Amino acid sequence: MNRTRTLCLCLALAVGFALTAQAAPKPGGTLVFGRGGDSVGLDPAYETDGNSFMIGDNVFEALVSYKDESVELEPGLAESWTISPDGLTYTFKLRRGVTFHDGTPFNANAVVFSHGRQMKERKVKFFGQGWEIPPQERTPEYWVSMEMDKTVEAIEAVDEYTVVYRLKRVEAPFLANLGMDFADIISPTAFLKNPKEFVRNPVGTGPFRFVKWVKDDQIVLEKNKQYWDKRGGPYLDRVIFRAIPENSVRFLELKTGNIHICQFPNPADIELAKKDPKMKLVSQPGMNIGYLGFNHTKEPWKSNVKLRKAIAHAINRKAIVDNIYQGQGQLARNNIPPTMWGYNEQVPLIEYSVEKAKALLAEAGYPEGKGLEEITLWSMPVARPYNPEGLKVGVAMVADLAKVGIRARVVSYEWGTYLKRQREQPPDMDLFQLGWTGDNGDPDNFLAVLFDGLASSAIRTQWHNERYHELMVRGRQTTDPAQRAEIYKQANLLLYEEMPVIPIAHSTVTWPMLKKVMDFKLHPTASIRMKNVWLEK
Amino acid sequence: MGAFILRRILILFPTLLGVSIIVFLMLHLTPGDPAELLLGERASPEALAELREHLGLNRPLLEQYGLFLKRLLRFDLGETIWTRQKVAIEIRQRFPATIELSVAALLISCTMGVLLGIVSATRQYSLFDYLSMLGALVGVSMPIFWLGLVFMLIFSVNLGWLPISGRLSVGVELEVITNFYLLDALLTNNLEAFRDALWHLILPAVTLSTIPTAIVARMTRSAMLEVLRQDYIKTARAKGLSPFQVIFKHALRNALIPVVTTVGLQFGVLLGGAILTETIFAWPGVGKWMYDAVMQRDYMVIQNGTLLIAGLFVVINLAVDVLYAVINPRISVR
Repeated sequence: MNRTRTLCLCLALAVGFALTAQAAPKPGGTLVFGRGGDSVGLDPAYETDGNSFMIGDNVFEALVSYKDESVELEPGLAESWTISPDGLTYTFKLRRGVTFHDGTPFNANAVVFSHGRQMKERKVKFFGQGWEIPPQERTPEYWVSMEMDKTVEAIEAVDEYTVVYRLKRVEAPFLANLGMDFADIISPTAFLKNPKEFVRNPVGTGPFRFVKWVKDDQIVLEKNKQYWDKRGGPYLDRVIFRAIPENSVRFLELKTGNIHICQFPNPADIELAKKDPKMKLVSQPGMNIGYLGFNHTKEPWKSNVKLRKAIAHAINRKAIVDNIYQGQGQLARNNIPPTMWGYNEQVPLIEYSVEKAKALLAEAGYPEGKGLEEITLWSMPVARPYNPEGLKVGVAMVADLAKVGIRARVVSYEWGTYLKRQREQPPDMDLFQLGWTGDNGDPDNFLAVLFDGLASSAIRTQWHNERYHELMVRGRQTTDPAQRAEIYKQANLLLYEEMPVIPIAHSTVTWPMLKKVMDFKLHPTASIRMKNVWLEK
Repeated sequence: MGAFILRRILILFPTLLGVSIIVFLMLHLTPGDPAELLLGERASPEALAELREHLGLNRPLLEQYGLFLKRLLRFDLGETIWTRQKVAIEIRQRFPATIELSVAALLISCTMGVLLGIVSATRQYSLFDYLSMLGALVGVSMPIFWLGLVFMLIFSVNLGWLPISGRLSVGVELEVITNFYLLDALLTNNLEAFRDALWHLILPAVTLSTIPTAIVARMTRSAMLEVLRQDYIKTARAKGLSPFQVIFKHALRNALIPVVTTVGLQFGVLLGGAILTETIFAWPGVGKWMYDAVMQRDYMVIQNGTLLIAGLFVVINLAVDVLYAVINPRISVR
C-alpha cells in the first residue's frame, strides 16, 4: 500500500516536472543579475576575467559554440566545417543572413578581421574589399596563452561565406579554442569607428545588444529583435548586470526581489535559500581542479614517487572538501573534472590512510618522517574558483602531515608574488597549492598545460616524464575524438601512478535565484547565457 | 587674506609632489605585479613580458616616475592598467558619487553632532547628556561594515522603507549630466529620479556619518561647556537675553572654532570610511575604485587617486583656516 502511494506520488511529481519543463516561455520583462564585480572591459580579444566575459557571452558569438551544460561543440556562426585529412586546413561555411547589431552584415571578412587583429604576423586575406587592421593596443592575452600564433599560419576569406584557416601544426584542440570568448566575432565597422572605444561599446551578433554601462554599477543589455536563430530566445526585453560587491548584501537584494539571480553567495546563504519559498538553487559542477603540487626541480620530490604517494595518502582530502569547501566541492579522482571527456573512472580514488602513508614513507626511505627537514607548504592567499580558502586548506594539510611524522609549515605571499615565485620553482618551495579553471573544455587544456613539463619551461608543475609527454603530443596530433579520449584516459591513469601532483577537489557552483527565473542553466565554462532565459509572470 | 590664500595654494604643489613620491615608492617597493595579477594562473612568460613592456613596467623606476610626472604636468593622468580607460574619465565618473555621499554624511554629522553637543552641554549630567555621550562612544567604536548591514536589515529588508544598495533603482531613468545624481535630477526636472536617488543616499550617508557625528558631538559638548563658564556668558545672561540668544549668538560662535577644525579633519576620515561604505552599499565611487586598484596593483589609479584625495585634503584644510577668520574676526590670517 505504502509502496503504491509512493509510486503514485513519484508519478505525480514526474508529471508535474514534465509540465513545468514544457511550460512555454513567455517573452518580456527585465532580469537583474547580481554579481560580485564590474566588468573590466568588453572587447573579447583582450579580456581575462569572468565578469567581462559574461557580457560578451550575450552580445557576441563565435564560429562554434558549446552546447548547453556541456563542452561538446555545435555550430555557431559557422554552419558547418571540414578538416583536411592532414589536419592542417580548416574550412568553415558561414551562416547567411546574420547581421551585427549596428547593421553591418556578418561575413567571412568579419571573421578574418576579428581573428586577424589578434595575430602577431597578420597573414590574412580578405574577400574583395577588406579593411585595414589597426595595430594592437596591447597583447591579446588569450590568443597568446592558447598559443594561437604558434598554431595559425594564415586566415583567408575564400568567398563571402567561406573562411579557411591554415595551420602550422596539427592541433586537435584548435576547434574548441574557436568557441572561446577571445574568438568571438566583432563588427569591423563598429571597431574601426573608434578602435580605442570598442572596449566600452561592444557590437556583435548575439541575442542581446549592448545599451549602456554605468561603471561599477550596472551594464544594460536589450533584446536583439533581429536575432538570426529563431529556435529559441531571446525572451527577455532587458538584462541588467548589477555589481554588488558584498556577498551578503547581494543575497539581501535577492531576498527582497530586487535582483533575480545572486552569483557567488556565502555558503551559509545557500542554506537560507533552500528554505525560502521564493527561491531555488541551480548547480553545476565547475570545470576546474584544485591540486597540491610538488617542486619537481628538487629532490626528494623529483624522483621519489613513494614519498609523493605517502603524502597523498596522508592528507584527509574528504575532510577538506566537507569542511572548507562546505559542500560546494567534489573530491577529485582525476586531474580533470568528471564532466569532461577523457575522464577515467578506472583511476582509483586516493585513499586517506595514515597506516598506508606511514608504510610508504618508510619504503621511501623516511620512516616516521626521519631524514626529512621541515618542508614548506605554499598556500594561496586568495579565494579561487577551485579553492575557496587556500590558507585554511594549508593549515589542515600541515596537521595531516604531522600525523605521519612529516613536519611542514604554511608559507604564503601576496597573490601576484605567489604566482611569480611559484613559476620560478625556488628551492624554498616544497609543496604548493594551485589549480586551474578550464578554458575550452578540451582535456589538453588541463593535462598538457598543467603537467607536461617537458613541453615548456613555462608549465607550472615542472614534472618531466617522457611517457606522459609522448601521450600529450599524440593527443594534440590525433583528430579522432574517440582515440583522443583513450589517450587522455591513459594520461589520467599515469598521473595516478606517478602522482606528480595530488588532485584535491573540483568545486561546484551553486547560485540561488528567484523561482520565477526559468531555463537558466549554468555552463561548465562559467559562461552566463541569457538567450533562453525567461521570467514567469 | 589674499596673500595668505595664495601662499597656501602654492604650498599645495610641494605637498602633492611629496605625496606622489611617497606613493610611487611605496607602490613599487611593495611586492605585487599588475601584469601577473592580470594574467593569473595561465600567464605564459611571453605574455607577461609583452604586457610588462606595454605597460612600461620594465623600465627603471626613476624613468617611470619621470614619465608619470611629465604627463601630470601636461594634465594627462594617463590610462588605467586594467580597464584601459583614461584615468581622468574614470575619476569624473566616480568622484561625484563619493562627494555626494561624503557631503551628505558631513551635513548629517554637522547638524546632528552640533545639536547633540549643545543640548548635552546645556543639560550637563542629565539623562539626555549621558545617553547621547554613550551613543557617541558607541558610534565611534561601531564598525561601519557591521552597522551598514544592520541598517539594511532593519530599514530595507524588515521595514521596507529604504532601498538596500546602489544609487538608483532599476527602471528609474535619469539623464546623467554631472554624475551628481541629485543635481542631475533637478537639472532635468526629474522628480521621480530625485526622490529615488535621495532615498538611496540615506542609508549609506547615515552609516558613513556615525563616526564623525560622534566626534563632532563630543567636541561641541566640551567646547560649549568651556565657553558657557566664561564671564561674558554670565554678562549676557545678566543682561536678560533669552537662553536661545545666549547659546546661539554668544556661546556657539566661540565654541565652534575647535569644532570647525574637527569637521575639516573629519572630511578626510569620511573619504577613508567611504571605501567600506561604498563596498557594502554597492556605491560606485572613488573609495571602491581605489580599493580594487590596490588589490589589482593598478598603479595609475592608485597614484592619481591618492593625489586627488591629498589635494582635496589640503584644499579643505585651507578652507577651514579661512572659515576661522569668518567665524571669529579676532583671528586674523597672516
